[in-house]
Amino acid sequence: MAREMSDTTIAVDQRVEKIAWDLTSRPAEYDPDVHSEAVRMETRELSVKYGKVVGVEGISVPIYSNTVTALIGPSGCGKTTFLRALNRMHDLMPSAAVTGEVLLDGENIYGRRVDPVMIRRKIGMVFQKPTPFPTMSVYENVVAGLRLVGIRNRAALDEVAEQSLRQAALWEEVKDRLKAPASALSGGQQQRLSIARALAVEPEVLLMDEPTSSLDPKATARIEQLISELKSAVTIVIVTHNMQQAARVSDFTAFFFLGSLIEFGTTNKIFTSPEEQRTEDYITGRFG
Amino acid sequence: MTVRARYIRDGVMRSLLIASTLFIVVPLLIIISYVLINGIGALNWNFFTVELGSPARAMQGRPTGLAHSIVGTVIIDLMALAFAAPVGIAAGIMLSEYPDNPINPPLRVLSSTLNGMPAILMGLLAFALVVRPFGGFSAVSGSVALAFVMFPIIARSVESVLRTTPWSLREVGLALGLPRWRVIISTVLPAAKTGILTGVLIAFARAAGEAAPLLFTSFGQNYMNLDPGRAMDTLPQRLYSLAISPYREWHAMGWAAAIVLLVFVMTCFFVARLVAGRFGTRADG
Amino acid sequence: MLVFGLAIIALALGMGFVLYTQGSVPIRGQGFFGFLFETTWNPVSGVHGAWPFLLGTIITSAAALALAFFPAVGVGIFAAEYAPPKIGSVINYLVDLLAAVPSVVIGIWGIFVFAPWMRDTFYIPVYYWAVESAPALLPVLGAPASYNIITATLLLALMITPYTVGLTRDAIKLVPREQRDAAWALGATHWEVMRLGILPYARGGIVAGAILSLARALGETMVIAMLIGNSNRLPFTFFGPASTMPSVIANEFREAVETMHLASLMAVGFYLFLLTFVVNLIAAYIQRKLNIGGRVL
Repeated sequence: MAREMSDTTIAVDQRVEKIAWDLTSRPAEYDPDVHSEAVRMETRELSVKYGKVVGVEGISVPIYSNTVTALIGPSGCGKTTFLRALNRMHDLMPSAAVTGEVLLDGENIYGRRVDPVMIRRKIGMVFQKPTPFPTMSVYENVVAGLRLVGIRNRAALDEVAEQSLRQAALWEEVKDRLKAPASALSGGQQQRLSIARALAVEPEVLLMDEPTSSLDPKATARIEQLISELKSAVTIVIVTHNMQQAARVSDFTAFFFLGSLIEFGTTNKIFTSPEEQRTEDYITGRFG
Repeated sequence: MTVRARYIRDGVMRSLLIASTLFIVVPLLIIISYVLINGIGALNWNFFTVELGSPARAMQGRPTGLAHSIVGTVIIDLMALAFAAPVGIAAGIMLSEYPDNPINPPLRVLSSTLNGMPAILMGLLAFALVVRPFGGFSAVSGSVALAFVMFPIIARSVESVLRTTPWSLREVGLALGLPRWRVIISTVLPAAKTGILTGVLIAFARAAGEAAPLLFTSFGQNYMNLDPGRAMDTLPQRLYSLAISPYREWHAMGWAAAIVLLVFVMTCFFVARLVAGRFGTRADG
Repeated sequence: MLVFGLAIIALALGMGFVLYTQGSVPIRGQGFFGFLFETTWNPVSGVHGAWPFLLGTIITSAAALALAFFPAVGVGIFAAEYAPPKIGSVINYLVDLLAAVPSVVIGIWGIFVFAPWMRDTFYIPVYYWAVESAPALLPVLGAPASYNIITATLLLALMITPYTVGLTRDAIKLVPREQRDAAWALGATHWEVMRLGILPYARGGIVAGAILSLARALGETMVIAMLIGNSNRLPFTFFGPASTMPSVIANEFREAVETMHLASLMAVGFYLFLLTFVVNLIAAYIQRKLNIGGRVL
């Protein structure tokens, strides 16, 4: 579902009318009651603490299969902390303590027997800044995840590389310079390369942490379009501080404030008739 | 490759890294404990109060010590510090505060380069510049050699300390219309003074452990001498002479010199760390 | 201010110039390469050549770097990435301390503890084994002396590790967090994260550290002078004594009375200057470019 987008929509325009206009053009086909059996991930009473500082507390939220869920809220509200808890990135910080459950296809990824390395393979991640491995070529970047598991078959690698780059809408631009260093690409291309690399290992879920915050409007539009296209293949959770972006790309929206989940619902509902006053205040630009 | 194989490789690498660490840390701890054990056994009151004299003194059991080396070390090192600190600090200021000067980038590379030059070459230089023209080995020539050792270390550390102080500090002064040298003296240096002191202390400790530049400058001798125009003894160089001497009694005294030297250097090092840590101005680029 | 900046240039270039003029008689007499490649050093007969010392310096330094490199990089990685923060800082502290221990202190331990121990547990058994089973090796091994190339090189290797460790550590600290997160998020194990996301980023610093270590090895004087046995005679053997450029200066300069002997030692110093200057210059250039190092602790 490619949607028309002009640079003016992307430019900072906080007016509610604009958002409402955006929403009218989308079908209201995602209703949590209708799609309740297609839950891909779910968190139950998830809390993250750094020492005594609370990152997020008591978050319970479903993430539906093949949809885009946007996490919004003012800076420091815990949305990125929550996102990183979804593929156990907090394991890397000794000071961070995670309690509660995160279910992937019904299994708690923080369970005793679960291997975080395998979990991160199933739940990929894309970051604020593009993160290609700078010393590797475009091609090597895309297949880096496959090389890790020891796949050496050249034909198989070539196929996955092309497929992933096509999925990330980068193939046409780089097919003639797969051997070029990844650092030679533009910022937007590097971010799509990062997406292609994450897709190459065929994750079930793709986490995106403000993936367009370091990009210019044109590259942002490209990534947003890509997100809409990708959801047939993966389930996407995206953190964004840009409400227009949330409105444009997501099916569900979770509003975080001060480490708590204030409201979760279809994007349509959150942006047109939120139940919580604070949600409304935020999306109408009264704070944040 | 299975996950299991990958985890095994991960474990192997982790073990190798731990092994590397032990490989380097354990010998260091062995050396330190040997020096402490042998050194403490050889230390006594005479060590600090009596001069060395001839080997016969030690062999006949008469009182002997390294009082003259300790005194000499203090004199030579302090003189070296007096030569090196002002120039070194000034050079560090030049490197950090005048980045717009066209000769600054090559100067910085050169300053780092000098930091790694062998200390023995500083000794040869001081020999050619001081010992030769003045016709003899002297404490002064030794401190010139050590000053050559200290100078680049001080310049480099002052530079990195100054560069960690925020530019906004300077902009305030410059905005008031003060000339640059006034801003440096009135705001930049006071803000960085603990860091500068740390750098100077480290340079001092480093130079105080050097024997090579002193071999043919201050030369060393067995008796007390306070005249900077004549040959003077220092601990590191005496330690070397004692260790390669054929006398068992002198070997014991060598261990004693080693513990004194080690404790001195470790103390400087520890104090510098403490000061740097407390004030948050690690002398670190 | 500029004047003090010029002091840096004056010291660097002055050193080269003074050493050259002091050693110019043998260098000009035998030619730049003639003196360098002359294989005999015999002050009594008045023949002076730098080759034995250049060879000794290169052998000990290269071997020490080869021995020290991987453990040193390993320590840097372990302290920066694997060890819990507290243990990491203890390791860093110890490594920095190792750089600060005066080389004569390490030297006295080498003379009275390490060298005799190596002789009894290693050189003599190996020598006797070679006498019985592999006589072909004997000319290479040489008669076992307490003070020899191996003893000196092992301690040299220990002494130069802090420079590689320090710069490895600094370079790893400069790797952006996103870079390591990206590798983790790809489902990598800890070591795979190092290999994918961190070491490629840090390799400039690691190389600079290794070059810096090499420079220190080339110029290290006291430990070598105390432990290498000080022989000017080629060929060198594994278990036999040798000399390096700094060690011969340390050993002979005080006793040198002949003008020519003194000038030749100055000339050796000049070649040592050239060698270490170039190596340090390369290390300094990489460091400045990457903006790492500069620690004085």
